[in-house]
Amino acid sequence: MSAAALRIALVGNPNCGKTALFNQLTGGRQKVANYAGVTVERKEGRFVAPSGRVLHILDLPGAYSFDATSPDEAITRDVCHGRYPGEAAPDLIVCVADATNLRLHLRFVLEVRRLGRPVVLALNMMDAARRRGIAIDVAALSRRLGVPVVETVAVKRGGAKALIERIDASVPDIVPAAIDVAGVEQLHAEVRSILADTVTMARDTVAIDDAIDRWVLHPVFGLAILATLMFFIFQAVFSWAQPIMDGIEGGIAALGTFVTGFLPEGSALHSLLNDGLFAGLGAVLVFLPQILILFLFILVLEESGYLPRAAFLLDRLMFRVGLTGRAFIPLLSSFACAIPGIMATRSIQDPRDRLTTILVAPLMTCSARLPVYTLLIAAFIPDRAVWGVFNLQGIVLFTLYFAGIFSALGVAFVMKRLRKDKSEHALIMELPSYRLPNVRDIALGLWERALIFLKRVGGIILALTVLLWFLSSFPGPPEGATQPAIDYSIAGRLGRMLEVIFAPIGFNWQICIALVPGLAAREVAVAALGTVYAMSGSDDSVASQLGPLIANEWSLATALSLLAWYVFAPQCMSTLAVIRRETNSWRNVAVAAGYLFGLAYLASFATYQIARALS
Amino acid sequence: MRLSDAPKGANAVVQSVSDAHPADPIAQRLRDLGFVAGEPVRLVARGPLGGDPLLIQIGSTRFALRKSEAARVDVSVENAA
Ligand SMILES: Nc1nc2c(ncn2[C@@H]2O[C@H](COP(=O)(O)OP(=O)(O)OP(=O)(O)O)[C@@H](O)[C@H]2O)c(=O)[nH]1
Ligand SMILES: [Mg+2]
Repeated sequence: MSAAALRIALVGNPNCGKTALFNQLTGGRQKVANYAGVTVERKEGRFVAPSGRVLHILDLPGAYSFDATSPDEAITRDVCHGRYPGEAAPDLIVCVADATNLRLHLRFVLEVRRLGRPVVLALNMMDAARRRGIAIDVAALSRRLGVPVVETVAVKRGGAKALIERIDASVPDIVPAAIDVAGVEQLHAEVRSILADTVTMARDTVAIDDAIDRWVLHPVFGLAILATLMFFIFQAVFSWAQPIMDGIEGGIAALGTFVTGFLPEGSALHSLLNDGLFAGLGAVLVFLPQILILFLFILVLEESGYLPRAAFLLDRLMFRVGLTGRAFIPLLSSFACAIPGIMATRSIQDPRDRLTTILVAPLMTCSARLPVYTLLIAAFIPDRAVWGVFNLQGIVLFTLYFAGIFSALGVAFVMKRLRKDKSEHALIMELPSYRLPNVRDIALGLWERALIFLKRVGGIILALTVLLWFLSSFPGPPEGATQPAIDYSIAGRLGRMLEVIFAPIGFNWQICIALVPGLAAREVAVAALGTVYAMSGSDDSVASQLGPLIANEWSLATALSLLAWYVFAPQCMSTLAVIRRETNSWRNVAVAAGYLFGLAYLASFATYQIARALS
Repeated sequence: MRLSDAPKGANAVVQSVSDAHPADPIAQRLRDLGFVAGEPVRLVARGPLGGDPLLIQIGSTRFALRKSEAARVDVSVENAA
């Protein structure tokens, strides 16, 4: 047996379970979800086979055909043909096919076989196939295809056993290309003939899918269900999290008092811990429950198979404004974070649709905005019931989300008008079978999210907060100074300079300072506000008191104006960086940053002036 | 008749897929997905706004196709369910 690591690529139609299989083999945690186009880039993993041999496993985006129509399919095509920059063709291709969907998936298997490389076919989702009474004669299938065939259940522990044994044994022989047929029609004819010989199935679809779809895709009920679902999520994020947030807030405040109690009041360390760490980080940490609740809903929706249905319902509307139903999923992920959202646009075939989606994705209210919104809403909007059932704070939050969505539609519409190329846009989107989310997977997903958030808090947010504390502490005040120390510091002076620009939209110099580190990431602004106000003298304003404090200091107009600013402003370097990477153009970055800052300033200006005139 | 004009719930059989223009990638993709002569298809549902897009079942797979895409597919309708 050769010592060199065998390189194995997982290839197959979208949504057949390649990534689930990859995770099963490598112990990885790549994203698995129930719609076509989850994986959009190649991912590498290592697997030590029982024989001790090291195997390099490559997870690839799903493809319907090597005749690629989207950037993610092109990656798969290039890797399989050995044309991917800096990478030789894989030694072995594990072709994954959904056993419940062989009519579609076998055609691609035949196309893969044609490459003239060693191939093993993994019939995945055998659990679902058995449940549906689909009987597959594996031996006959293997004979007909001329490649080894194994059964797998990628989501069950030990479900890849047969595959592991097969790839650990020996590399199968290459199928002579000569036995292959040419055109599409013949390929399908061959699939039909193979199916007739090897597969028997009771019925084409699952009865429960048909029943659910009758309601969910119903012209009236379908839209009503979608709207109710979305509204329910926003209400839940806002109201369910409250008790936990109160608990965290209390905990951080108590910890802060306890820790800083040992340090002499007025020392630099006391100030750094109290004003920088506890006031700054604490202000952000409080929002973990909200972010997790939002992710809980997104994860469940992703795994259920509902998302492509929502895309189906909204395609017409989105098409009118210059988007596509396919943009629904990337845009929905952008509610969590614009970065995976923008990456997910790779599954959009049309380059125009893709660019539009990328440029409007930052307008979706990402979870990093939640801390800012929640802080301001809790401080300025009365907690009052409206019409008995709704909560005024919830309604304001809902409005902010919708402001983002509507402006995205508006921007897309303008882009559509400006575009010269008016040729047809494609949709062609597969709707998967419904699936019950696995509790363990969802819990793991949430755990990962929590870690990511905590890493962010402990990483960039911590670093920027400490930096800001330095900038607002030094240089120290001169002898006999009457103002708080921060007024004499670098940050204080910078804030006053920026105030000139931002005064027309109602931002005071403290907000201006907070916006600067907030450019790196949105939540930093909340941490920064905590630090700036803690440094501004108002004695012990730790996390829990930031809300009441700004409620005293700011006018309602200023608060609303800052909310409006956050709907639009691209206060996130990573988003701009990912736009650059995904579109390979600085021009698009400039366009995105330019229009977003422009809109932010205009919206804040209008909000501030109108709110002031009304009050 | 064109698949886009097929009645809801009707069982149809694909006759051919025609290119809307030379080297039409959408028509090619439809063929790749199994829209070839002799394949049974069914129009399962229509979208809520203007009856667009269409939900088409082919084999065990359901695809959302816009009307303009489905119009490339020529079908003969057997019976209306
Ligand atoms: N019942 C069952 N579900 C499975 C199995 N394998 C994967 N799934 C589910 O199928 C869906 C798709 O799985 P993925 O691993 O994301 O599929 P993929 O092939 O990587 O998809 P793309 O990256 O979009 O091409 C998910 O909802 C999985 O939970 C299986 O063996 N049995
Ligand atoms: Mg995948």
